[in-house]
Amino acid sequence: MSLFWISAIMLVGPILPLITERFGRTANTIFTMLPPAIALAYVASLVPTVLAGGVVVEYLQWLPTVGLTLSMRLDGLALMFALLILGIGLLIILYARYYLSEKEAAGRFFAYLLLFMTAMLSIVLSNNVLQLWMAWEVTSISSFLLISFWSSKSESRKGARMALTVTGAGGLALLAGLLIIADIVGSYELGVILSSGDLIREHALYPVALILVLLGAFTKSAQFPFHFWLPHAMAAPTPVSAYLHSATMVKAGIFLLARLYPVLAGTDMWFLIVSMTGLITLVLGAYIALFKHDLKGLLAYSTVSHLGLIVLLLGMDTKLAAVAALFHIMNHAVFKASLFMAAGIIDHESGTRDMRKLNGLWRFMPYTATLAMVAAASMAGVPLFNGFLSKEMFFAESLYQDTLGFLSWMIPVLATLAGIFAVAYSLRFIHDVFFNGEPVDLPKTPHEPPRYMKIPVEILVALCLLVGMFPTVIVGSLLEAAASSVLMSELPYYSLAIWHGFNIPLLMSVIAIFGGILIYIYRGQLYRFQAQFKETDEKLVFEGAMQKLVSYATRIDEKINNGSLQRYVALLLLFTIVITALPLINLDVADSNLPNQPVSFVEIILGIILCLSAIATVIFHRKRMVSLITISVVGLIVSVAFARFSAPDLALTQLAVEVVTVILLMLALYFLPQKTPAESSPSRVVRDVGIAAAVGGIVATINYAFITQPLDSISTFFLENSKTGGGGTNAVNVILVDFRGLDTLGEILVLGIAGFGIFKLLADVKLAMPSANEKGIPWSEDSHPPILAMISQSLLPLALLVSFYIFLRGHNMPGGGFIAGLITSVAVIQQYIAHGVDWIKPRLKLNYQSLIAWGVLIAAFTGIGSWIFDRPFMTTWFDYFQIPLIGEIELASALIFDLGVYLTVVGATLLILANLGKLTSVYRPTAEE
Amino acid sequence: METLYVVCVGIMTFCGVFLCLRGRTFSVVVGLTMLSYAVNLFLFSSGRLNLNGAAILGMSDSYADPLPQALVLTAIVIGFAMIAFVVILSIRARADLGNDLVDGRDPPDTNKLIKPNRGKV
Repeated sequence: MSLFWISAIMLVGPILPLITERFGRTANTIFTMLPPAIALAYVASLVPTVLAGGVVVEYLQWLPTVGLTLSMRLDGLALMFALLILGIGLLIILYARYYLSEKEAAGRFFAYLLLFMTAMLSIVLSNNVLQLWMAWEVTSISSFLLISFWSSKSESRKGARMALTVTGAGGLALLAGLLIIADIVGSYELGVILSSGDLIREHALYPVALILVLLGAFTKSAQFPFHFWLPHAMAAPTPVSAYLHSATMVKAGIFLLARLYPVLAGTDMWFLIVSMTGLITLVLGAYIALFKHDLKGLLAYSTVSHLGLIVLLLGMDTKLAAVAALFHIMNHAVFKASLFMAAGIIDHESGTRDMRKLNGLWRFMPYTATLAMVAAASMAGVPLFNGFLSKEMFFAESLYQDTLGFLSWMIPVLATLAGIFAVAYSLRFIHDVFFNGEPVDLPKTPHEPPRYMKIPVEILVALCLLVGMFPTVIVGSLLEAAASSVLMSELPYYSLAIWHGFNIPLLMSVIAIFGGILIYIYRGQLYRFQAQFKETDEKLVFEGAMQKLVSYATRIDEKINNGSLQRYVALLLLFTIVITALPLINLDVADSNLPNQPVSFVEIILGIILCLSAIATVIFHRKRMVSLITISVVGLIVSVAFARFSAPDLALTQLAVEVVTVILLMLALYFLPQKTPAESSPSRVVRDVGIAAAVGGIVATINYAFITQPLDSISTFFLENSKTGGGGTNAVNVILVDFRGLDTLGEILVLGIAGFGIFKLLADVKLAMPSANEKGIPWSEDSHPPILAMISQSLLPLALLVSFYIFLRGHNMPGGGFIAGLITSVAVIQQYIAHGVDWIKPRLKLNYQSLIAWGVLIAAFTGIGSWIFDRPFMTTWFDYFQIPLIGEIELASALIFDLGVYLTVVGATLLILANLGKLTSVYRPTAEE
Repeated sequence: METLYVVCVGIMTFCGVFLCLRGRTFSVVVGLTMLSYAVNLFLFSSGRLNLNGAAILGMSDSYADPLPQALVLTAIVIGFAMIAFVVILSIRARADLGNDLVDGRDPPDTNKLIKPNRGKV
């Protein structure tokens, strides 16, 4: 087994609940618990290795050429988080089975939950910062799905959107920060990054990287001023809140801080930003929590406050503080999960979460009340419960701070103040709900929940007590392993004992407890004071800000994006001019230029004709027929140029394409207006001439710049191997069907797709058919003159013979599938022109679509065929055979490939032209065909 | 020779780009055709201009670079497919929109048109 198996199992996970949903809720739950249970068992089997100080690191090559390697890492910190994620996750699944009502889509819920769990696990297990970031983003998305699970509720949707926006934006900042760090270190490997702390801290970009990473961590962990999303995420089903806000989602930011602690911490900047953010969040969260009437709202702000506590600890300048932070991560996860579950039970069984209605539930659910009391005592930091231990360490560390210089005494004072509030709100959670008189018109009569719904709470509460009483035995070694992977140095001396004698931290705890009780007793006054402030709904503020942003964006977009393609093309070209002209200014190649080759009189004349026809095309472009004639002259001279410059294959292709293009444009002209009205304003014409001249000038310059350089080409390889390796003497054709056969396969595929696309576009097109040309002269009555018909009919076999010959000789002489296909197409098209569709239809029963399909298939199967002979895709084969009378002939598999090319070209060309022509006849393509 | 060649390529590019910037589909199609000639010649010339050196083994002493030729050969065919697609698209657009304007509607500066008898006395 390897760590990658965990990812694999967990990735398959989300499918399981969807498949097993139909087998009933219990089976569904069991199958959902299967993947995390397996993963947990595997992680548990690695516990001894990690506790002994080992770090499990595994690699899986993904794209080694670009330095992308998947890698996993299990050290103390990752182990601690993995155990929390999987352990609490399993309990949450069990709890959710009873929490969700029968009508709700449990399969979908479990699938989201497993997806989220997978992402969370991938964060803590990754050994590559990019991989970590990917998983980080997946947690944002899957938490969005979880929070908005009750998507019919407006507050669910808004809460989910807020969470996604805040954490997603933070994720982008994190990516930037991680890229900077990776750039400084030169590696994405966590192992490398963790061991280059000094390099990073001394780099000039350190402050930038630090702030970006902190933005990511603080948004995720709901630190001030990004804390507002967390309470609104409470619109999620309670199992989700219990999971996201105890062991996972919000702890991801904390995990990141702890993970990068060896690299980023240790500077004044870190201490100042991290500890101040933590301190503000700690106090603010604890204070607000006191005033929340919603059970989950109270717990949400208490979570914010506790996260602030952990962040503050990580921002403190002592090693012990980091140990305390890790310890509190564990403790908080355990008691907060159980409290959320208890709140969920109360909500589930009584129908409300409003503490003004919930009173005196002790009579109805004493067992649940007991469990909740233990967890709440732990949250308040009462001795003998686990929360006390880490809080005591926190109080102790707060005394040794000097980040604020002479003002540092404020840290322990504020810490105690937050402690007072924590006691007060914990007390409120218990006293308001379970005692404090009689319930006020509850929707349901409360009662104890089903047996198994309590089990997860029981387990967690038992952990609270066990850790609280026997800390060293239960978590001592795990904490040690986690702390050593965070500090990466000698661990400081610490003791997890409950009793440290009479000292200041104990005094602070005592003040907190009694102060909290006092505040709770006199809460009435405090509420009245708080009632004077207008309450702001972050949802409205946030939505308002979002809408404003969208309207700004829309306004900018409307200015740039006015829907005119003409304008886009012009802007695109202007941009191209700018980015190509700038390097050309600095280009200096004149020294190495080769002299021009001598030019003959004929070439000059041809060049002049070419340029004149091109310019004539522009001048006469409003008379469409004339411009078509002039451009065909250009095309012809281009093919002559190919012939002149030693490219017979190109000349043949260009010639054939030229014919087809002109036929195509002629057909198009039938359906389009014959003339272009003058509609460009003079300024537009000047602008366009300017753009066109600049582009033309730049293209010519670049062309001149490289055409006069000595040639250094990889083509010697093709020339040398074309006969020996590809079996043909025509290097161009051998490249097409052999060396670069895969490219050709792609190209004929594109050709085929274009053909099919055109066919669909022509389906059911409704056009008025002109009965006369633009001058009002009606079309000739005699649409198929007999002389043309006779000549083209007799030319057909000849043309086919030529194309067959061209096809066969292609491997060794100019020719090949492309050219032969075009020649065949021209020959067939000529029959269409000469005889009309009515005449062709019964005589030529070719289905052009299947021709294309066969062509592509034949070419592809020729490539696949080489697998049969255990060769790589597209390996070609050739040999020579002696045949009586004919002599030696060569057979090559490339010929079959070329046949595929031939068929596709014929199919696509004819599909385009014949269907365009058919538009005028009754055989026009329809959508059904 | 090289100078003549690049001048031709430049002028063809100029004409192609200018036509592509027109407002009617047919002009754009013609412009694209012209531009694809220019681009093909441009790419082809990366193998330099060789006289009497076809890339057929055993036919001459020196050979032209076969690689750009193979690339351009497929480019010509694909270019045809692309132009055909644009042509059909413009036919379809005319059928569906009722005009052959690139933007599908009258240009914003219609009022600034050249008057048909402007400049005449």
